[in-house]
This record gives sequence, structure tokens and C-alpha cells, in this order.
Amino acid sequence: MNQSTPSIEKLRWQCRRGMLELDYVLKDFLENHYPTLSVEEQMLFVKILDFEDQLLIDWVMGNVVPSDAKIRRLVGLMQAG
Amino acid sequence: MSLTKRRFDALIIGAGGAGLNAATQLANADARVAVVSKVFPTRSHTVAAQGGVNAALANVLPDNWHWHMFDTVKGSDYLGDQDAIEFMCREAIPTVYQLEHNGVPFSRLDNGKIYQRAFGGQSQNFGGAQAARTCAAADRTGHAILHALYQQNVRARTHFFDEYFAIDLIRDDEGAILGALVLEIETGEPLLIEAKATLLATGGCGQVFRTTSNAHINTGDGMAMALRAGVPLMDMEFFQFHPTGIAGKGMLITEGVRGEGGYLINKDGERFMERYAPNAKDLASRDVVSRAIVTEVKEGRGVGPNGDHVLLKVDHLGEDIISKRLPGIRESSKIFAGVDPVVEPIPVFPTAHYVMGGIPTDRYGRVVTPIQNGPEEVVPGLYAAGECACVSVHGANRLGGNSLLDILVFGRAAGQDIIKYLKENPNHRPMNETGVEQAMSRLTRWEQKGEGLSVREVRDEFRKAMEDHAGVFRTDEIMSEGVEKVKEIRKKLADVRLTDHSDVFNTARVEALELENMVDIGMSIVLSALERKESRGAHSRPDYTERDDTNWLKHSLYFQEGDKIDFKPVHTKPLTVETFPPKARVY
Repeated sequence: MNQSTPSIEKLRWQCRRGMLELDYVLKDFLENHYPTLSVEEQMLFVKILDFEDQLLIDWVMGNVVPSDAKIRRLVGLMQAG
Repeated sequence: MSLTKRRFDALIIGAGGAGLNAATQLANADARVAVVSKVFPTRSHTVAAQGGVNAALANVLPDNWHWHMFDTVKGSDYLGDQDAIEFMCREAIPTVYQLEHNGVPFSRLDNGKIYQRAFGGQSQNFGGAQAARTCAAADRTGHAILHALYQQNVRARTHFFDEYFAIDLIRDDEGAILGALVLEIETGEPLLIEAKATLLATGGCGQVFRTTSNAHINTGDGMAMALRAGVPLMDMEFFQFHPTGIAGKGMLITEGVRGEGGYLINKDGERFMERYAPNAKDLASRDVVSRAIVTEVKEGRGVGPNGDHVLLKVDHLGEDIISKRLPGIRESSKIFAGVDPVVEPIPVFPTAHYVMGGIPTDRYGRVVTPIQNGPEEVVPGLYAAGECACVSVHGANRLGGNSLLDILVFGRAAGQDIIKYLKENPNHRPMNETGVEQAMSRLTRWEQKGEGLSVREVRDEFRKAMEDHAGVFRTDEIMSEGVEKVKEIRKKLADVRLTDHSDVFNTARVEALELENMVDIGMSIVLSALERKESRGAHSRPDYTERDDTNWLKHSLYFQEGDKIDFKPVHTKPLTVETFPPKARVY
């Protein structure tokens, strides 16, 4: 594990959200995709976890498309499950 | 190990709409307020409430609080307390204005007034024409409210303990609540928070069922803490289920899908609702549709490798209608069920959505319980508000738009009453060290090592048992089996062991504590449901199909000690107006 990324245990707790949809999407992402990401992308995911639930659900449901291409890629992975 | 202690005037456990609205009142009155939340406050489940807040503002159609009150009493199937309902419907109006002043961006009419949307169950003139009563901030009302209240608290310097898990209340020998033992999840360190008044605002408990629309955080922690402190839970048999949640996950598939012409099929492709409700078919009432789905599964006509769900067919509506009239359903189905409803049906099963019951309180948010001299004696220093509480304004069933209203009105009322309580009780009571040790033992128990059952296997068994035996299919036989199963599972808890005994972010330990909470609450649901031998509101029994006002117009109370059920009268007398007597609930 890279020293600059938080522990998986901490991230797992921060994937607990106010909406059931996000619980599933973020938890699945953490388990299935996060370990395969570059450190830069892992850090971006950590940053995304600080965003509001409403923005995250809008991204995941496709109501809003992130302007940042790197975030778009991560959201695409979330939607794929 | 020395225990760190902190002192506050008021301790609020839970940072959703109820907790934050109470905290706003207190912090603005210069009380020292601590808010404990197991997740970051704006990740509370209030954020998921899309609908809106009911208030008789009469901005779109004629309205007044008395009509709102009538609708709420009727919606409650006459089990709601009419004094509390009158209070809520009157207070709805200033509550919405308070939120507006706090910065909630309500949707507007062209004349600048707050827009109000029509919803089912809303009427003008006591059951007449449709009313328009729901104030909303687009489709993200809960999010807007939660963020506005959080900002108000940051401004007022409320002290937040984010990512702290509440273990148990501390009670003295006289029954007064002295605060709570909490756990810092990041470090694994316990912390004793002493408070003159403690408010439980921990939200609902949908996670007790295998299929639920509630977020993973909704494990009913405050309700279970109240039970362990000797307080009963009231009307826990009343749980709202939606017929169509995504199977195995629980997210709601709106009833609008069936309204647009979608229909349910079993593994043989049969449109089975034609057998259960030949006229209304898929548009029959929620309990009829839910029970039909469960019957299909029980009788071997379920779909999937385990035959544990049915299908909702919409592809015949065409891509155009699905995209235009049912926005979100396609994405939801693709992401969470792995199917595109344009070409494949959606796997569905009834999903647990909202609990009407909870910790009994009066309209000031004070927790009330039978102690010695009557059914409603105040527990000194203990308050509850929001979905974890039962005032009772929803009675046997909740109207859309009344849940956000409940948490806001009674969160505010509790905050205001605590201010009064603090003036009358300016000093901390002496700490009860035995109570602290008892709470600590709940935590240290998880240090036991060795072979044992896993949290996950017991949790899965428990949630399945609740779904099978206390869900939508409620006969004497099924629920009696459920009581025995939950009792067995409760015994098994002693054999559960953790494999991770680390301190830092040990989420396995938190999940173990949540499991204990859920099992405690599960027993209250299945026992209360077994006891109530009638159908009323959301509690629907095929073996007692009618509402029975002669014998059952009363609240149930479940006490953990001895798994005892007791009852108390419904408050049928409002504060200032005439009683609405029970009538058949026809819409």
C-alpha cells in the first residue's frame, strides 16, 4: 500500500453513505477496481469520497457528466460495477 | 485503561434532519452541544429523501393545517395520536419558513412563493378535492435540508464528533440519563460524554430486513440503546414495505412503472396479479401486491437460481416511454440489477422502507415510558426525535411528505424543550460508574478471541429470518416461527467472534455492535406483529383481515426485559379541535 493513501479499512467506512445506491456502488468499486488503480487514481478516488452524496449519485445515475476526464473514467467504472 | 471524559450541556446522537435541527436550536441558545455521528453528518440518510415537506401554506391550492391534520389522522388508520398530529400540522408552517430562512432553496412559483406539489393522501376540506401541500427543493429536498442545517450548526459552533459510534446510554439509579459511552472509530478509543440531556436521533432500522431501501447505516442503534436502558419500543409492527425493490439489493422501483403499464410476471411468464386482484391487477394496494409476490416465491414460481424474486416487465412500453416517463429506472436497473429494462424485465421483491414505530415520546420529544404511575412518565434527561422516535404522528401508516416534516418539527421541538430543561436542571448529575462499566463491557466483549461464528453469517441468517417471518406475509404460524428463530439467533450472538482485534478503523467491530442492535430491534418487530391480531395500516394479516377498533385501537409497547408486550391508549383528543373518530379508510 502506498503511504499517502488511507487504509482500506478507513476507505471502507467512508463508502458508507446516506443512500443505499452509493453504499453498493462505492463498496463494489473499492473491492473490484480500487486495488487495480494507479496511485494517482487511488488518490482521486479518496478525493471523490469527500464529495456530496447528491453529486455522486447524479454522476452514477448519469444525470450529470463530470467535466474532469479522470473522474469520468472512475465514474464509468462505478457504473460498470 | 483510563477512560477519557467530556462534558456538554446536551448530547445529540445522530446527525440527520432531526438531530441537526435540534442542535441548531440549542447552539443558537448558547448551549454546549455535542453531536455524535457514525458517518460524516451530510452522509446521513435524510439525504436520500427526495419527496418534500408537507405544510398547509396554500400557495397553489386552498389549504389549512386542519385539513392536513385530517389527512394525517386518516392516513394513520386512526392509530396516530391526535394531539401530536395537530401540533405537527400547525408547526409545519413555521418549520418550512425556518428552513427557508436557514437557506433551503425551495422550488418557487412565478409569484416568488414556495411551489407546492400534490401527492397521494392530500385532500382539501376533509377528504374533498386533491390538495397541493408538499414543499420541495427540486428532487433533492433531503440533501438541501441536511446541508443547510449542517451549515447552521457549523456557524453556531456545535461540536461534532464525526465517525464516533454510540455504544450505550448511561443511566443512574433513579432512571435519569447521564450521557453515553461512544467509540471513536478511527482510533478504537472509548469516550464518555456526560450530558444533562441526551437526544436520540439515529434514524430508522430498515437494515433488519434482507431487502430494504434504507442505507447500510440504518441499523436502529438509538432504538436498541433505548431498549437496553429499559425504555420500550412502541408500534414496531408498523413497517412500510414497497412491493417493488430491486431483488437482492432493495432500491425502490417507483410504483409509477406499474402505473405506466408495467406488470409483474413469475417464472412461467404468467401475469400473476390477475389471479390475486382480477380488477386492479398490478395496481392493487401495496400490501396485496407485496403478498402476491411473496406467495409466488413461496409456492415455487419465483425466478432466478434461488427462485427468490419475480420480474417486472416493462419492455413492451418501448424505449421512448421508458426514457421519457420513467427517468432513472433504466439506469437504476442497469447498474443495480444488471438488466436493461428496454429489453429485459427487472428482478423485484418487496423492500422495507420506513418504520412508523420507535421510541415513545411526547410532542416535546421527551421519552415517555410506564414507570410507576401511568403509561407516559418522562425519562429524565432523555429525548428522541425523527424516525427512531414514535410520537406518534404516523400511527399505522405514514403519508408521503410527512417523514421530513416529522423529523424537522420534532427535532426543533426537542431542541426547544431541552433548552427549557437545561434551565431547570443546570447541573450534571453524578456519574454512575456501574453504568459506565456495563456499557464498557458491551465493547470489551468483542475482544474475546478463538473460534466462533462470523458476524456476516449471523447477520445474513437474521435478516433472512426477518424477511421471511416479519415481512409482508404475516400469519400467526409464520410469525410464531419467526419469534423462535430470532430467539435462537439472539442466543447465537454469544458465540460470535471477531478475527480482527485491531483498534484503528476496526469496522468489523462496529458491524458486530450494529448486529446486536438489529437483533434487539428485530425481536420487537416480530413479537409486536404477532401480538396485533388485526389488519391496520401497514400491518396486514391474512388471518385477521379487518381493522378491529374495539380491541386494537391502542399502541403496543415492547419491553426487552422478559420480551414483554404491553399496550397504552391512543390519544384521540386533539389540542384544540374536535376528535376525528375512526372511519373506514377509503381513498
